[in-house]
Amino acid sequence: MQNAARLEQEAVNAPHPQLDLSGWGLRGTAIVYLLVMIALPVFVVFSSGLQAGLSGFWDNVSHPHAVSALRVTLVTAAIMTVINVVMGTLTAYVLVSYRFPGKNVLDALIDLPFAIPTLVTGIMLVLLYGPQTALAGFLQDRFDVRVLYARPGIVLALLFICYPFVIRAVQPVLVQLDERQPEAAYTLGASGWYTFRRIVFPAIRPAMLSGGMLGFARALGEFGAIVIVAGNIPLRTQTAPVYIYGKVEAGNMPAASAVSVVLLGVALIVTLGVDWVQRGRQHG
Amino acid sequence: MAEKRATHWTAVLLIVLVVAYAGILLIAPITAIVQQAFVDGFQPMLDSITAPDAQEALRLTAIIALATAAINTVMGILVAWVLVRYRFPGRRFIDGLVDLPFVMSPVIVGYVVIVLFGREGWFAGLSIAFTPRAMLLVTVFVSLPFVVREVMPVLRAMPPEQEEAAYTLGASRLLTFRRIILPTIRPAVIYGLVLTLARALGEFGAAAVAGGGVQGYTENATIYIFRSIHDRNDTGAYSMAILLGVISVVVLLSMNILKQVQSRRSQ
Repeated sequence: MQNAARLEQEAVNAPHPQLDLSGWGLRGTAIVYLLVMIALPVFVVFSSGLQAGLSGFWDNVSHPHAVSALRVTLVTAAIMTVINVVMGTLTAYVLVSYRFPGKNVLDALIDLPFAIPTLVTGIMLVLLYGPQTALAGFLQDRFDVRVLYARPGIVLALLFICYPFVIRAVQPVLVQLDERQPEAAYTLGASGWYTFRRIVFPAIRPAMLSGGMLGFARALGEFGAIVIVAGNIPLRTQTAPVYIYGKVEAGNMPAASAVSVVLLGVALIVTLGVDWVQRGRQHG
Repeated sequence: MAEKRATHWTAVLLIVLVVAYAGILLIAPITAIVQQAFVDGFQPMLDSITAPDAQEALRLTAIIALATAAINTVMGILVAWVLVRYRFPGRRFIDGLVDLPFVMSPVIVGYVVIVLFGREGWFAGLSIAFTPRAMLLVTVFVSLPFVVREVMPVLRAMPPEQEEAAYTLGASRLLTFRRIILPTIRPAVIYGLVLTLARALGEFGAAAVAGGGVQGYTENATIYIFRSIHDRNDTGAYSMAILLGVISVVVLLSMNILKQVQSRRSQ
Protein backbone atom coordinates (compact mmCIF):
# COMPACT_ATOMS: atom_id res chain seq x y z
CA MET A 1 0.00 0.00 0.00
CA GLN A 2 2.73 2.39 0.99
CA ASN A 3 4.76 1.26 -2.01
CA ALA A 4 1.88 1.94 -4.32
CA ALA A 5 1.51 5.39 -2.88
CA ARG A 6 5.21 6.01 -3.30
CA LEU A 7 5.17 4.79 -6.91
CA GLU A 8 2.29 7.08 -7.63
CA GLN A 9 4.15 9.94 -6.02
CA GLU A 10 7.25 9.17 -8.12
CA ALA A 11 5.13 9.14 -11.26
CA VAL A 12 3.70 12.53 -10.37
CA ASN A 13 7.11 13.86 -9.61
CA ALA A 14 8.57 12.61 -12.86
CA PRO A 15 9.19 15.68 -14.99
CA HIS A 16 6.41 16.34 -17.41
CA PRO A 17 7.89 16.04 -20.92
CA GLN A 18 6.52 19.32 -22.27
CA LEU A 19 6.93 21.37 -19.12
CA ASP A 20 10.32 20.16 -17.99
CA LEU A 21 11.96 23.52 -18.58
CA SER A 22 9.46 25.64 -16.68
CA GLY A 23 9.37 22.99 -13.92
CA TRP A 24 13.09 23.38 -13.41
CA GLY A 25 12.69 27.14 -13.61
CA LEU A 26 10.15 27.15 -10.77
CA ARG A 27 12.19 24.70 -8.72
CA GLY A 28 15.36 26.73 -9.29
CA THR A 29 13.63 29.97 -8.33
CA ALA A 30 12.27 28.54 -5.07
CA ILE A 31 15.57 26.92 -4.09
CA VAL A 32 17.73 29.94 -4.93
CA TYR A 33 15.24 32.20 -3.11
CA LEU A 34 15.47 30.16 0.10
CA LEU A 35 19.24 29.82 -0.13
CA VAL A 36 19.71 33.58 -0.58
CA MET A 37 17.03 34.66 1.90
CA ILE A 38 17.72 32.16 4.71
CA ALA A 39 20.89 30.10 4.25
CA LEU A 40 22.98 33.17 3.38
CA PRO A 41 22.10 35.10 6.58
CA VAL A 42 22.93 32.04 8.71
CA PHE A 43 26.22 31.66 6.86
CA VAL A 44 26.95 35.38 7.38
CA VAL A 45 26.44 35.07 11.15
CA PHE A 46 28.84 32.15 11.52
CA SER A 47 31.47 33.34 9.05
CA SER A 48 31.64 36.89 10.43
CA GLY A 49 31.59 35.56 13.99
CA LEU A 50 34.58 33.32 13.33
CA GLN A 51 36.38 35.73 11.01
CA ALA A 52 38.96 36.68 13.61
CA GLY A 53 39.68 33.02 14.30
CA LEU A 54 38.68 30.99 17.31
CA SER A 55 40.82 32.99 19.72
CA GLY A 56 39.29 36.26 18.57
CA PHE A 57 35.84 34.72 18.91
CA TRP A 58 36.70 33.46 22.38
CA ASP A 59 38.02 36.84 23.52
CA ASN A 60 34.78 38.51 22.50
CA VAL A 61 32.47 35.89 23.88
CA SER A 62 34.25 35.57 27.23
CA HIS A 63 33.95 39.27 28.01
CA PRO A 64 32.11 39.48 31.36
CA HIS A 65 29.24 41.49 29.87
CA ALA A 66 28.82 39.00 27.03
CA VAL A 67 28.90 35.99 29.36
CA SER A 68 26.40 37.63 31.68
CA ALA A 69 24.08 38.61 28.80
CA LEU A 70 24.08 35.04 27.48
CA ARG A 71 23.51 33.68 30.98
CA VAL A 72 20.58 36.05 31.66
CA THR A 73 19.01 35.01 28.34
CA LEU A 74 19.46 31.27 28.91
CA VAL A 75 18.32 31.36 32.56
CA THR A 76 15.21 33.50 32.00
CA ALA A 77 14.24 31.45 28.91
CA ALA A 78 14.71 28.22 30.88
CA ILE A 79 12.61 29.42 33.85
CA MET A 80 9.92 30.61 31.42
CA THR A 81 9.96 27.25 29.63
CA VAL A 82 9.43 25.22 32.80
CA ILE A 83 6.46 27.38 33.86
CA ASN A 84 5.14 27.46 30.29
CA VAL A 85 5.23 23.67 29.88
CA VAL A 86 3.45 23.04 33.20
CA MET A 87 0.82 25.77 32.88
CA GLY A 88 0.40 25.33 29.12
CA THR A 89 -0.26 21.60 29.49
CA LEU A 90 -2.66 22.28 32.34
CA THR A 91 -4.48 24.94 30.30
CA ALA A 92 -4.78 22.63 27.29
CA TYR A 93 -6.00 19.80 29.53
CA VAL A 94 -8.64 21.97 31.20
CA LEU A 95 -9.79 23.43 27.86
CA VAL A 96 -10.21 19.97 26.34
CA SER A 97 -11.63 18.17 29.37
CA TYR A 98 -14.05 20.52 31.08
CA ARG A 99 -16.91 22.84 30.36
CA PHE A 100 -16.99 26.08 32.33
CA PRO A 101 -18.25 29.64 31.93
CA GLY A 102 -15.85 31.83 29.96
CA LYS A 103 -14.21 28.87 28.27
CA ASN A 104 -14.75 30.19 24.74
CA VAL A 105 -13.32 33.57 25.69
CA LEU A 106 -10.21 31.90 27.11
CA ASP A 107 -9.83 29.72 24.02
CA ALA A 108 -10.05 32.80 21.77
CA LEU A 109 -7.54 34.75 23.89
CA ILE A 110 -4.81 32.15 23.60
CA ASP A 111 -3.53 33.26 20.19
CA LEU A 112 -3.52 36.94 21.16
CA PRO A 113 0.22 36.99 22.01
CA PHE A 114 0.94 35.89 18.43
CA ALA A 115 -0.82 39.00 17.13
CA ILE A 116 0.32 41.70 19.57
CA PRO A 117 3.68 43.32 18.69
CA THR A 118 6.14 42.36 21.42
CA LEU A 119 7.13 45.99 21.92
CA VAL A 120 3.48 46.66 22.82
CA THR A 121 3.64 43.71 25.23
CA GLY A 122 6.55 45.45 26.93
CA ILE A 123 4.56 48.68 27.23
CA MET A 124 1.60 46.83 28.73
CA LEU A 125 3.86 45.33 31.39
CA VAL A 126 5.37 48.75 32.16
CA LEU A 127 1.86 50.16 32.61
CA LEU A 128 0.96 47.31 34.98
CA TYR A 129 4.18 46.96 36.99
CA GLY A 130 5.77 50.38 36.43
CA PRO A 131 7.37 52.09 39.44
CA GLN A 132 4.46 54.46 40.02
CA THR A 133 1.73 51.80 39.96
CA ALA A 134 -0.02 50.48 43.05
CA LEU A 135 0.78 46.90 42.14
CA ALA A 136 4.53 47.57 41.98
CA GLY A 137 4.40 49.29 45.37
CA PHE A 138 2.48 46.38 46.86
CA LEU A 139 4.87 43.74 45.49
CA GLN A 140 7.88 45.75 46.64
CA ASP A 141 6.59 46.36 50.17
CA ARG A 142 4.99 43.02 50.84
CA PHE A 143 7.25 40.56 49.07
CA ASP A 144 10.33 42.68 48.31
CA VAL A 145 9.94 41.71 44.66
CA ARG A 146 10.83 44.05 41.83
CA VAL A 147 9.28 43.11 38.52
CA LEU A 148 10.26 45.90 36.19
CA TYR A 149 13.94 46.43 35.31
CA ALA A 150 14.63 43.08 36.95
CA ARG A 151 14.61 39.44 35.88
CA PRO A 152 11.02 38.66 36.94
CA GLY A 153 9.93 41.25 34.34
CA ILE A 154 11.89 39.42 31.64
CA VAL A 155 10.34 36.07 32.60
CA LEU A 156 6.84 37.61 32.65
CA ALA A 157 7.33 39.16 29.20
CA LEU A 158 8.58 35.84 27.81
CA LEU A 159 5.68 33.96 29.41
CA PHE A 160 3.23 36.33 27.72
CA ILE A 161 4.90 35.98 24.32
CA CYS A 162 5.28 32.18 24.49
CA TYR A 163 1.87 31.51 26.10
CA PRO A 164 0.34 29.85 22.99
CA PHE A 165 3.24 27.51 22.13
CA VAL A 166 2.66 24.62 24.54
CA ILE A 167 -1.14 24.99 24.61
CA ARG A 168 -1.47 24.88 20.83
CA ALA A 169 0.92 21.91 20.62
CA VAL A 170 -0.77 19.81 23.33
CA GLN A 171 -4.43 20.66 22.64
CA PRO A 172 -4.84 18.75 19.33
CA VAL A 173 -3.12 15.66 20.76
CA LEU A 174 -5.49 15.64 23.73
CA VAL A 175 -8.48 16.03 21.43
CA GLN A 176 -7.33 13.07 19.36
CA LEU A 177 -6.54 10.93 22.36
CA ASP A 178 -8.99 8.09 22.40
CA GLU A 179 -11.47 8.95 25.10
CA ARG A 180 -12.09 5.33 25.98
CA GLN A 181 -8.54 4.84 27.22
CA PRO A 182 -8.70 7.10 30.26
CA GLU A 183 -12.35 6.23 30.84
CA ALA A 184 -11.45 2.53 30.99
CA ALA A 185 -8.63 3.06 33.45
CA TYR A 186 -10.89 5.26 35.54
CA THR A 187 -13.72 2.71 35.70
CA LEU A 188 -11.21 0.04 36.65
CA GLY A 189 -10.60 2.04 39.79
CA ALA A 190 -7.59 4.16 38.88
CA SER A 191 -7.44 7.60 40.43
CA GLY A 192 -7.53 10.69 38.23
CA TRP A 193 -3.87 11.39 38.88
CA TYR A 194 -2.91 7.79 38.07
CA THR A 195 -4.86 7.96 34.78
CA PHE A 196 -3.14 11.19 33.86
CA ARG A 197 0.33 9.88 34.71
CA ARG A 198 0.04 6.51 32.99
CA ILE A 199 -2.16 7.23 29.97
CA VAL A 200 -2.54 10.91 29.17
CA PHE A 201 0.99 12.03 30.00
CA PRO A 202 2.87 9.55 27.76
CA ALA A 203 0.62 10.52 24.84
CA ILE A 204 1.18 14.26 25.16
CA ARG A 205 4.84 14.19 26.23
CA PRO A 206 6.28 14.76 22.70
CA ALA A 207 3.91 17.68 22.12
CA MET A 208 4.81 19.19 25.52
CA LEU A 209 8.48 18.82 24.69
CA SER A 210 8.33 20.26 21.18
CA GLY A 211 6.00 23.11 22.20
CA GLY A 212 8.24 23.97 25.13
CA MET A 213 11.41 23.84 23.03
CA LEU A 214 9.92 26.00 20.28
CA GLY A 215 8.93 28.54 22.91
CA PHE A 216 12.44 28.38 24.38
CA ALA A 217 14.04 28.98 20.96
CA ARG A 218 11.65 31.87 20.34
CA ALA A 219 12.42 33.35 23.78
CA LEU A 220 16.19 33.31 23.21
CA GLY A 221 15.86 35.88 20.44
CA GLU A 222 13.22 38.14 21.98
CA PHE A 223 14.13 41.81 21.86
CA GLY A 224 11.18 44.22 21.64
CA ALA A 225 9.46 43.36 24.91
CA ILE A 226 12.68 42.85 26.88
CA VAL A 227 14.31 46.10 25.84
CA ILE A 228 11.29 47.86 27.38
CA VAL A 229 10.86 45.88 30.62
CA ALA A 230 14.47 44.95 31.43
CA GLY A 231 16.10 48.34 31.30
CA ASN A 232 19.42 47.21 29.74
CA ILE A 233 21.56 47.06 32.91
CA PRO A 234 24.81 45.21 32.05
CA LEU A 235 25.57 42.20 34.28
CA ARG A 236 22.01 42.23 35.67
CA THR A 237 19.18 42.55 33.18
CA GLN A 238 20.97 42.84 29.85
CA THR A 239 20.02 39.90 27.66
CA ALA A 240 21.99 38.63 24.66
CA PRO A 241 19.80 40.28 21.97
CA VAL A 242 19.93 43.60 23.85
CA TYR A 243 23.72 43.21 24.15
CA ILE A 244 24.00 42.54 20.40
CA TYR A 245 21.79 45.56 19.67
CA GLY A 246 24.01 47.79 21.81
CA LYS A 247 27.19 46.53 20.14
CA VAL A 248 25.81 46.96 16.60
CA GLU A 249 24.69 50.51 17.45
CA ALA A 250 28.17 51.24 18.82
CA GLY A 251 29.78 49.80 15.69
CA ASN A 252 31.54 47.02 17.64
CA MET A 253 30.80 44.28 15.12
CA PRO A 254 33.23 41.62 16.45
CA ALA A 255 31.53 41.70 19.88
CA ALA A 256 28.07 41.57 18.28
CA SER A 257 29.02 38.72 15.97
CA ALA A 258 30.56 36.51 18.67
CA VAL A 259 27.44 36.59 20.85
CA SER A 260 25.26 36.16 17.74
CA VAL A 261 27.11 32.93 16.90
CA VAL A 262 26.37 31.47 20.34
CA LEU A 263 22.75 32.64 20.42
CA LEU A 264 21.95 31.39 16.91
CA GLY A 265 23.90 28.17 17.53
CA VAL A 266 21.80 27.34 20.60
CA ALA A 267 18.57 28.20 18.73
CA LEU A 268 19.58 25.94 15.82
CA ILE A 269 20.40 23.03 18.13
CA VAL A 270 17.04 23.42 19.90
CA THR A 271 15.25 23.52 16.53
CA LEU A 272 16.99 20.32 15.45
CA GLY A 273 15.89 18.80 18.77
CA VAL A 274 12.26 19.74 18.04
CA ASP A 275 12.57 18.15 14.59
CA TRP A 276 13.96 14.99 16.20
CA VAL A 277 11.16 14.82 18.80
CA GLN A 278 8.49 15.30 16.13
CA ARG A 279 10.02 12.67 13.83
CA GLY A 280 10.12 10.25 16.77
CA ARG A 281 6.42 10.79 17.33
CA GLN A 282 5.58 10.03 13.70
CA HIS A 283 7.53 6.78 13.65
CA GLY A 284 6.98 5.61 17.19
CA MET B 1 -11.76 13.23 25.41
CA ALA B 2 -15.36 13.95 26.18
CA GLU B 3 -16.07 17.26 27.83
CA LYS B 4 -17.15 16.86 31.38
CA ARG B 5 -19.03 19.30 33.50
CA ALA B 6 -16.70 20.25 36.31
CA THR B 7 -18.09 18.75 39.48
CA HIS B 8 -15.19 17.10 41.23
CA TRP B 9 -13.28 19.51 43.45
CA THR B 10 -9.95 18.82 41.69
CA ALA B 11 -11.57 19.82 38.42
CA VAL B 12 -12.79 23.09 39.92
CA LEU B 13 -9.34 23.70 41.37
CA LEU B 14 -7.65 23.11 38.00
CA ILE B 15 -10.06 25.45 36.21
CA VAL B 16 -9.55 28.20 38.78
CA LEU B 17 -5.78 27.79 38.49
CA VAL B 18 -5.81 27.98 34.68
CA VAL B 19 -8.16 30.97 34.56
CA ALA B 20 -6.19 32.80 37.27
CA TYR B 21 -2.97 32.20 35.34
CA ALA B 22 -4.48 33.58 32.12
CA GLY B 23 -5.91 36.49 34.12
CA ILE B 24 -2.58 37.50 35.65
CA LEU B 25 -0.49 36.83 32.56
CA LEU B 26 -2.71 38.04 29.69
CA ILE B 27 -5.76 39.90 30.90
CA ALA B 28 -4.14 42.13 33.54
CA PRO B 29 -1.60 43.73 31.13
CA ILE B 30 -4.27 44.16 28.44
CA THR B 31 -6.57 45.81 31.00
CA ALA B 32 -3.73 48.11 32.03
CA ILE B 33 -3.25 49.43 28.50
CA VAL B 34 -6.99 49.79 27.86
CA GLN B 35 -7.32 51.72 31.12
CA GLN B 36 -4.45 53.98 30.06
CA ALA B 37 -6.46 54.96 27.00
CA PHE B 38 -9.14 56.45 29.24
CA VAL B 39 -6.86 58.24 31.72
CA ASP B 40 -6.38 61.50 29.82
CA GLY B 41 -9.27 61.13 27.42
CA PHE B 42 -9.07 60.53 23.69
CA GLN B 43 -8.20 64.03 22.49
CA PRO B 44 -4.50 64.05 23.49
CA MET B 45 -4.14 60.57 22.03
CA LEU B 46 -5.79 61.59 18.79
CA ASP B 47 -3.53 64.66 18.62
CA SER B 48 -0.35 62.64 19.01
CA ILE B 49 -1.45 59.97 16.52
CA THR B 50 -2.28 62.59 13.89
CA ALA B 51 0.99 64.52 14.39
CA PRO B 52 3.17 64.48 11.25
CA ASP B 53 5.91 62.21 12.67
CA ALA B 54 3.35 59.64 13.86
CA GLN B 55 1.55 59.73 10.53
CA GLU B 56 4.80 59.24 8.66
CA ALA B 57 5.72 56.26 10.87
CA LEU B 58 2.29 54.71 10.35
CA ARG B 59 2.53 55.18 6.59
CA LEU B 60 5.93 53.44 6.48
CA THR B 61 4.59 50.55 8.59
CA ALA B 62 1.57 50.17 6.30
CA ILE B 63 3.59 50.25 3.07
CA ILE B 64 6.15 47.74 4.33
CA ALA B 65 3.47 45.42 5.74
CA LEU B 66 1.52 45.41 2.46
CA ALA B 67 4.63 44.90 0.33
CA THR B 68 5.77 42.11 2.66
CA ALA B 69 2.38 40.42 2.44
CA ALA B 70 2.46 40.57 -1.38
CA ILE B 71 6.01 39.19 -1.67
CA ASN B 72 5.54 36.46 0.92
CA THR B 73 2.24 35.34 -0.56
CA VAL B 74 3.62 34.91 -4.09
CA MET B 75 6.95 33.40 -3.03
CA GLY B 76 5.33 31.41 -0.21
CA ILE B 77 2.94 29.65 -2.59
CA LEU B 78 5.78 28.93 -5.03
CA VAL B 79 8.06 27.56 -2.29
CA ALA B 80 5.28 25.43 -0.79
CA TRP B 81 4.35 24.02 -4.19
CA VAL B 82 7.94 23.15 -5.10
CA LEU B 83 8.60 21.55 -1.70
CA VAL B 84 5.46 19.41 -1.88
CA ARG B 85 5.40 18.44 -5.56
CA TYR B 86 9.06 17.80 -6.34
CA ARG B 87 11.75 15.49 -5.02
CA PHE B 88 15.27 16.80 -5.47
CA PRO B 89 18.58 16.34 -3.71
CA GLY B 90 18.75 18.47 -0.56
CA ARG B 91 14.98 18.87 -0.34
CA ARG B 92 14.92 18.05 3.38
CA PHE B 93 17.63 20.64 4.03
CA ILE B 94 15.74 23.28 2.04
CA ASP B 95 12.54 22.37 3.85
CA GLY B 96 14.27 22.76 7.22
CA LEU B 97 15.52 26.22 6.21
CA VAL B 98 11.97 27.56 6.00
CA ASP B 99 11.47 27.55 9.80
CA LEU B 100 14.73 29.30 10.66
CA PRO B 101 13.35 32.87 10.60
CA PHE B 102 11.13 31.89 13.55
CA VAL B 103 14.10 31.19 15.81
CA MET B 104 16.58 33.80 14.56
CA SER B 105 16.65 36.83 16.82
CA PRO B 106 15.37 39.94 14.99
CA VAL B 107 18.44 41.79 16.22
CA ILE B 108 20.69 39.23 14.51
CA VAL B 109 18.64 39.62 11.32
CA GLY B 110 19.28 43.35 11.39
CA TYR B 111 22.94 42.75 12.16
CA VAL B 112 23.26 40.51 9.07
CA VAL B 113 21.91 43.34 6.89
CA ILE B 114 24.61 45.65 8.28
CA VAL B 115 27.33 43.05 7.67
CA LEU B 116 26.13 42.53 4.08
CA PHE B 117 25.16 46.05 3.06
CA GLY B 118 26.66 48.39 5.68
CA ARG B 119 29.40 50.92 4.99
CA GLU B 120 32.13 48.27 5.14
CA GLY B 121 29.81 45.44 4.13
CA TRP B 122 30.24 42.72 1.54
CA PHE B 123 27.89 44.52 -0.86
CA ALA B 124 28.32 48.08 0.42
CA GLY B 125 27.81 49.49 -3.08
CA LEU B 126 24.15 48.53 -3.17
CA SER B 127 23.22 51.16 -0.55
CA ILE B 128 20.51 49.09 1.11
CA ALA B 129 21.42 49.42 4.79
CA PHE B 130 19.66 52.24 6.68
CA THR B 131 16.97 52.63 3.99
CA PRO B 132 13.31 51.52 3.92
CA ARG B 133 14.45 48.80 1.45
CA ALA B 134 16.48 47.20 4.24
CA MET B 135 13.40 47.28 6.49
CA LEU B 136 11.33 45.58 3.80
CA LEU B 137 14.02 42.94 3.36
CA VAL B 138 14.15 42.02 7.06
CA THR B 139 10.37 42.10 7.41
CA VAL B 140 10.04 39.69 4.47
CA PHE B 141 12.60 37.47 6.20
CA VAL B 142 10.99 37.35 9.65
CA SER B 143 7.52 36.54 8.25
CA LEU B 144 8.64 34.24 5.43
CA PRO B 145 7.51 30.93 7.00
CA PHE B 146 3.81 31.78 7.56
CA VAL B 147 2.32 31.31 4.08
CA VAL B 148 4.64 28.38 3.29
CA ARG B 149 3.72 26.51 6.46
CA GLU B 150 -0.02 27.15 6.07
CA VAL B 151 -0.14 26.12 2.39
CA MET B 152 2.12 23.03 2.51
CA PRO B 153 -0.21 20.67 4.41
CA VAL B 154 -3.14 21.61 2.16
CA LEU B 155 -1.12 20.94 -0.99
CA ARG B 156 0.12 17.66 0.47
CA ALA B 157 -3.46 16.55 1.14
CA MET B 158 -4.54 17.55 -2.37
CA PRO B 159 -4.51 14.65 -4.86
CA PRO B 160 -2.17 15.59 -7.72
CA GLU B 161 -4.34 13.85 -10.35
CA GLN B 162 -6.44 16.92 -11.12
CA GLU B 163 -3.34 19.00 -11.69
CA GLU B 164 -1.88 16.28 -13.93
CA ALA B 165 -5.09 15.91 -15.89
CA ALA B 166 -5.20 19.63 -16.55
CA TYR B 167 -1.62 19.63 -17.88
CA THR B 168 -2.16 16.59 -20.00
CA LEU B 169 -5.19 18.19 -21.55
CA GLY B 170 -2.97 21.07 -22.55
CA ALA B 171 -3.75 23.67 -19.90
CA SER B 172 -0.86 26.02 -19.21
CA ARG B 173 0.83 26.01 -15.82
CA LEU B 174 -0.76 29.34 -14.98
CA LEU B 175 -4.24 28.20 -15.95
CA THR B 176 -3.83 24.99 -13.96
CA PHE B 177 -2.72 27.04 -10.99
CA ARG B 178 -5.61 29.47 -11.25
CA ARG B 179 -8.35 26.93 -11.83
CA ILE B 180 -7.19 23.89 -9.87
CA ILE B 181 -4.64 24.77 -7.20
CA LEU B 182 -5.64 28.25 -6.07
CA PRO B 183 -9.28 27.47 -5.16
CA THR B 184 -8.11 24.64 -2.88
CA ILE B 185 -5.34 26.50 -1.10
CA ARG B 186 -7.11 29.88 -0.91
CA PRO B 187 -8.21 29.62 2.78
CA ALA B 188 -4.70 28.56 3.83
CA VAL B 189 -3.18 31.40 1.80
CA ILE B 190 -5.47 33.96 3.41
CA TYR B 191 -4.71 32.60 6.86
CA GLY B 192 -0.97 32.77 6.20
CA LEU B 193 -1.39 36.25 4.77
CA VAL B 194 -3.15 37.50 7.91
CA LEU B 195 -0.39 36.06 10.13
CA THR B 196 2.22 37.69 7.87
CA LEU B 197 0.45 41.06 8.13
CA ALA B 198 0.25 40.84 11.92
CA ARG B 199 3.93 39.97 12.21
CA ALA B 200 4.96 42.66 9.70
CA LEU B 201 2.94 45.39 11.46
CA GLY B 202 4.73 44.73 14.75
CA GLU B 203 8.29 44.17 13.58
CA PHE B 204 10.71 46.18 15.66
CA GLY B 205 14.19 44.78 16.38
CA ALA B 206 15.22 43.82 12.86
CA ALA B 207 13.72 46.96 11.30
CA ALA B 208 15.36 49.21 13.91
CA VAL B 209 18.85 47.77 13.35
CA ALA B 210 18.65 47.43 9.55
CA GLY B 211 16.90 50.75 8.97
CA GLY B 212 18.73 52.77 11.59
CA GLY B 213 15.52 54.41 12.82
CA VAL B 214 16.01 57.80 11.16
CA GLN B 215 12.97 59.92 12.02
CA GLY B 216 10.90 60.73 8.95
CA TYR B 217 12.81 58.23 6.80
CA THR B 218 13.24 54.79 8.38
CA GLU B 219 11.08 55.20 11.48
CA ASN B 220 8.11 52.83 11.52
CA ALA B 221 5.32 52.70 14.13
CA THR B 222 7.20 50.50 16.62
CA ILE B 223 10.40 52.55 16.33
CA TYR B 224 8.24 55.65 16.88
CA ILE B 225 7.06 54.10 20.18
CA PHE B 226 10.64 53.34 21.18
CA ARG B 227 11.78 56.89 20.42
CA SER B 228 8.77 58.36 22.24
CA ILE B 229 9.71 56.44 25.38
CA HIS B 230 13.24 57.83 25.22
CA ASP B 231 11.92 61.36 24.62
CA ARG B 232 9.61 60.95 27.64
CA ASN B 233 6.66 61.48 25.30
CA ASP B 234 4.46 59.00 27.17
CA THR B 235 1.23 60.03 25.44
CA GLY B 236 2.82 59.43 22.04
CA ALA B 237 4.20 56.03 23.04
CA TYR B 238 0.97 54.84 24.66
CA SER B 239 -1.35 56.06 21.91
CA MET B 240 0.70 54.40 19.18
CA ALA B 241 0.99 51.21 21.28
CA ILE B 242 -2.79 51.20 21.78
CA LEU B 243 -3.37 51.75 18.07
CA LEU B 244 -1.05 48.88 17.11
CA GLY B 245 -2.65 46.70 19.79
CA VAL B 246 -6.14 47.44 18.45
CA ILE B 247 -5.04 46.63 14.90
CA SER B 248 -3.59 43.31 16.13
CA VAL B 249 -6.82 42.42 17.90
CA VAL B 250 -8.78 43.19 14.73
CA VAL B 251 -6.38 40.96 12.80
CA LEU B 252 -6.83 38.20 15.35
CA LEU B 253 -10.62 38.49 15.26
CA SER B 254 -10.66 38.31 11.47
CA MET B 255 -8.47 35.21 11.79
CA ASN B 256 -10.94 33.56 14.14
CA ILE B 257 -13.92 34.46 11.95
CA LEU B 258 -12.02 33.06 8.98
CA LYS B 259 -11.42 29.80 10.83
CA GLN B 260 -15.12 29.49 11.67
CA VAL B 261 -16.18 30.20 8.09
CA GLN B 262 -13.72 27.59 6.86
CA SER B 263 -14.84 24.90 9.28
CA ARG B 264 -18.49 25.65 8.47
CA ARG B 265 -17.76 25.35 4.76
CA SER B 266 -15.94 22.05 5.17
CA GLN B 267 -18.81 20.51 7.10
